[in-house]
Amino acid sequence: MKTVFVTVGTTKFDELIENVTSKEAHGYERLVLQVGRGSLLPTVDSCLHIRLEAFRFKDSIAEDMKQADLIISHAGAGSCLEALGAGKPLLVVVNDKLMDNHQLELAAQLHMDSHLLYCTCSTLIQTLRSMDLSALQPFLPGQPRKFATFLDKALGVR
Amino acid sequence: MAVLLGAVFAVVFICLLFFIRLYIVVKTGAKYKPGNKGQIAVLVVAGSGGHTTEVLRLMECLSAAYTPRHYVIADTDRMSEEKICTFENSKQCSDSESQFTIHRIPRSREVHQSWNSSVVSTLNALRYSLPLVFRLRPDMVLCNGPGTCIPLCVAGLLLGILGMKKVLLVYVESICRVQTLSLTGKILYPISDYFFVQWSSLRDRYPKSIFLGRIV
Repeated sequence: MKTVFVTVGTTKFDELIENVTSKEAHGYERLVLQVGRGSLLPTVDSCLHIRLEAFRFKDSIAEDMKQADLIISHAGAGSCLEALGAGKPLLVVVNDKLMDNHQLELAAQLHMDSHLLYCTCSTLIQTLRSMDLSALQPFLPGQPRKFATFLDKALGVR
Repeated sequence: MAVLLGAVFAVVFICLLFFIRLYIVVKTGAKYKPGNKGQIAVLVVAGSGGHTTEVLRLMECLSAAYTPRHYVIADTDRMSEEKICTFENSKQCSDSESQFTIHRIPRSREVHQSWNSSVVSTLNALRYSLPLVFRLRPDMVLCNGPGTCIPLCVAGLLLGILGMKKVLLVYVESICRVQTLSLTGKILYPISDYFFVQWSSLRDRYPKSIFLGRIV
């Protein structure tokens, strides 16, 4: 079953949840929502056009990500990196109501490097209609070992 | 009259001494090699959500020499403690010597909190940070951006200024920051001993920073 997994991490992003549950299914059959601290927690029968599941938090969303064919995420680093690390096509929705919205920088850079698609709530529907996931490039994981090596040398660890 | 003059002179002198000490502490960071004595005590600041995930990624490859590890989280943070315990338990393979502790301090600033009240809450967090850092005496503070780390870094700096212990400030700007530094980064950039950025555009703008590419 073609599945979309939506995640907002530890934040609250009601506008995304509203927009993603509105009328169209865009070719997907199952929609799983992780709503975090949001005020909207849709019930299973609230969507007629798609099979819906929703929850606030889980100890790990690795399994939900693994089962997804598409991940829609807020622009938080943890969520983005986890989705990219799972090797799934990622659409990031930037929350333009946040103070100073620095999240845009990461989404924009990763988008420039063709690792994800990005949009805002107002352009979400349009993006879902017209997106081309095959153009996305694989994302290589970061290397904390470089950090450790540098620190060992700088601090005189033998 | 002479007493007043004397008092003014004393205050000015102390301030001058303070700034000279601050200058010395900041400039001599690179010379301090706590690795020489074997163990490096680390104070790790875990902010909420992504910050904790990133800082634990950074910790992943640190050797057993970095012990004990003292994690400090904000009192309103519900999720970091679990992430830390999971991380630490996964490390418990061979070293029975590795130890970790978790401490809570008031949050310096909540997301969306106004800047004015943030100054007050940061000062409040300082009230808790000073005794904590003075007690733990870490060799190094590791942080990556949440406001929670500022009072802890200030406390670490103070320990050095007072000549009690040199505490290295290691700051790794979040991977979210591509073009601009966070407010915490801007504040800590002049006083950090090791300041890492993860995108080349920031390295170009902040020459004192260290760029190793993406490290989380």
